[in-house]
Amino acid sequence: MVIAKLSGAQSLIDSLQKEGVEVIFGLPGGAILPVYDILYESNIRHILVKHEQSAAHMADGYARASGRPGVCMATSGPGATNLVTGIANAYMDSSPVVAITGQVPRTMIGKDAFQEADIIGITTSITKYNFQPRTVAEVPKVVKMAFKLATSGRPGPVLIDIPRDVQVEIDEVDEVEDNHVKVRSNVSPHPLQVKRAVDLLVNAERPIILAGGGIILSNASEALQALAELLLAPVATTLMGKGCFPENHPLSLGVVGMHGSPEANKAILEADVLLAVGCRFSDRTTCNISDFCPDAKIIHVDIDASEIGKNRLVDVPIVGDANITLSKMYEMLTKCLVKREDSLWFKRIQEIREECSSIEVFSRDDGLSPPKILKEVREIVPPDTIVTTEVGQNQMWASLYFKAYKPRTFITSGGLGTMGFGFPAALGAKVAKPDVPVLDIAGDGSFIMTSNMLITSVNENIPVIVLILNNSMLGMVAQWQRLFYNRRYSAVKLVNPDFVKLVEACGANGVRVNSLDELKNALLQALKNDVTTVIDVPVSPEEDVFPMVPPGKGLKNMIFNALKTSSILTKRSSKAPRED
Amino acid sequence: MNVENSVFETHIVSVLVENKPGVLYRVANLFRRRNFNIESISVGPTERKEFSRMTITLNGDNATVEQLVKQLSKIVDVVKISLLNPRNTILRELALIKLHVKDSKVRSDILSYAQIFKGKVVDAAEDTMTVEVIGTPEKINAFLKIASSIGIKEMARTGLTAIERGG
Repeated sequence: MVIAKLSGAQSLIDSLQKEGVEVIFGLPGGAILPVYDILYESNIRHILVKHEQSAAHMADGYARASGRPGVCMATSGPGATNLVTGIANAYMDSSPVVAITGQVPRTMIGKDAFQEADIIGITTSITKYNFQPRTVAEVPKVVKMAFKLATSGRPGPVLIDIPRDVQVEIDEVDEVEDNHVKVRSNVSPHPLQVKRAVDLLVNAERPIILAGGGIILSNASEALQALAELLLAPVATTLMGKGCFPENHPLSLGVVGMHGSPEANKAILEADVLLAVGCRFSDRTTCNISDFCPDAKIIHVDIDASEIGKNRLVDVPIVGDANITLSKMYEMLTKCLVKREDSLWFKRIQEIREECSSIEVFSRDDGLSPPKILKEVREIVPPDTIVTTEVGQNQMWASLYFKAYKPRTFITSGGLGTMGFGFPAALGAKVAKPDVPVLDIAGDGSFIMTSNMLITSVNENIPVIVLILNNSMLGMVAQWQRLFYNRRYSAVKLVNPDFVKLVEACGANGVRVNSLDELKNALLQALKNDVTTVIDVPVSPEEDVFPMVPPGKGLKNMIFNALKTSSILTKRSSKAPRED
Repeated sequence: MNVENSVFETHIVSVLVENKPGVLYRVANLFRRRNFNIESISVGPTERKEFSRMTITLNGDNATVEQLVKQLSKIVDVVKISLLNPRNTILRELALIKLHVKDSKVRSDILSYAQIFKGKVVDAAEDTMTVEVIGTPEKINAFLKIASSIGIKEMARTGLTAIERGG
């Protein structure tokens, strides 16, 4: 049914509104001008960024905080290529982002026109799909499909590249039926596989649940908690799963992996059955994969079939939505199991906890050390505070020492490890949840990368808090150079601007603190401020993140101080450790 | 990691895809991105004009093929994937072989070899002859072996195409 004669640009904005889009993060340019002209009188909010990378990260942060797809927009050529890092980041962390780019007119495509980039070619391997509508009539269909794809199955970014002349052209546009889009999503698990998993779990003596970002994406936190409590099975999470299970729950072990919590890394190796849900056995989680639970029976639940068996062979593969699958398991388990109140395994977990709490984790600085700072911050900020992180030491300290209690309250660049992600993601999260405090736990090196977004945060009235753990170093790289490269500090020392002055020049609040008391006061004040507040905390440049599993080693080789690395250094011979 | 999985063998994957621009790029890009080394790929129309069929052969263990199929099935334009059982599948490939012709003896040798392999001589010039051979890859390989004793000037193969018997 033909509904109207519309321009491509008008059809695009209409279609976005039909998808419930309230906000677009973007930056205009020549090849997207017709769309911006329609935006001028639309009631979609547009937030002007200072660099397109931040637009993609904002859309990503918005999506992760709200569960709704985030939309970013840029012009052709450099506008589009500047989005690429943010799109790749959303792809690695399965975040539903819809990116819209202008393109040169159809007749100019392939002629190396001004500001032409082959963004379809460039983003093919970092999007779930990408579209280039060549007629106006295609526009609403493509938008419908883009949102369906971005949000269904395993979520991820989708890009729509619209040639400028398609935006301008006026043509008849059809109403798009919802069933126009057939999305292949195998959400319900195979009952026989669920039965096999349940049989394993019933007979397990030492079950552990490994919960990944998929739990958050499918809103399965309640189902997870019910199952864990029924089985009295401790829960470890991946970095992406942090927050899906309350970290103050007696069954919580924290995050497992290279900088995982000691109890998680120790306990998981003793498991006889591992129920892994919505995770992908990444190298940062498993460390040396052949040493990762070699004797445990593994049940792997994921909505993306290609994740099962990709990194780790499993005993029970289950392709299905995490929430549906865990609920079905729970249902089946209640028929053959009474809720466990105590078990030898639970006692053993307590024992592991005690062992771990007595381990002395080396800390160079007994004044303002990052672990102390982050534990203090957790005491001060409300439980529903959304935390984002930058990438590097700040991120790993946050993962280790800042306990997350709720899903969608810990937002970090897990897969791609994108420095500069935390601040724009925090702004995106704040746009999605204006009534919740949002805090970016930052390092100085990462923050500087997207710090121009201070201007956006002030102009667009998006107040967040940034806590810079400022060691005037590219800290994680420096840590590796300290531990594995004989302290040869190559290109890691930073000469930073005065952050307080920088922040104030942008119209935000800047404060430097030198003690936990000052930090507490600054943070309490920041929570009340209606403008972005940056708290600069100088910390020691020599501080390492411990515990750590050295590269190439298994979880059992976790180290707690720099002394043990000497043995690694002597074994190193001519080959430097792999960083990937 | 059992023994069965580590056996390398040739697998034939038949993929029905949407017939539109860019689909071959997406599939080829996936192979590059995920580090799959394929032996051959052939693409052509099907009985329905909205679909094309890609026939992919690759040498690998079962785990590799499983990943390939799972990754392929995530491409939106992929409609259906079948792993073909070589024992129950008709396999065909076409090769065009241009051979050096030194003298009339060679010319008559080529004619008789072509006949044995049910090939056709499709072109002849003063010092070359071109033979078309259709069949299984093994048959074509056998012809190439004998042809190379004569002297191959140029050769082009289509890659394998395949369809399952019956059903």
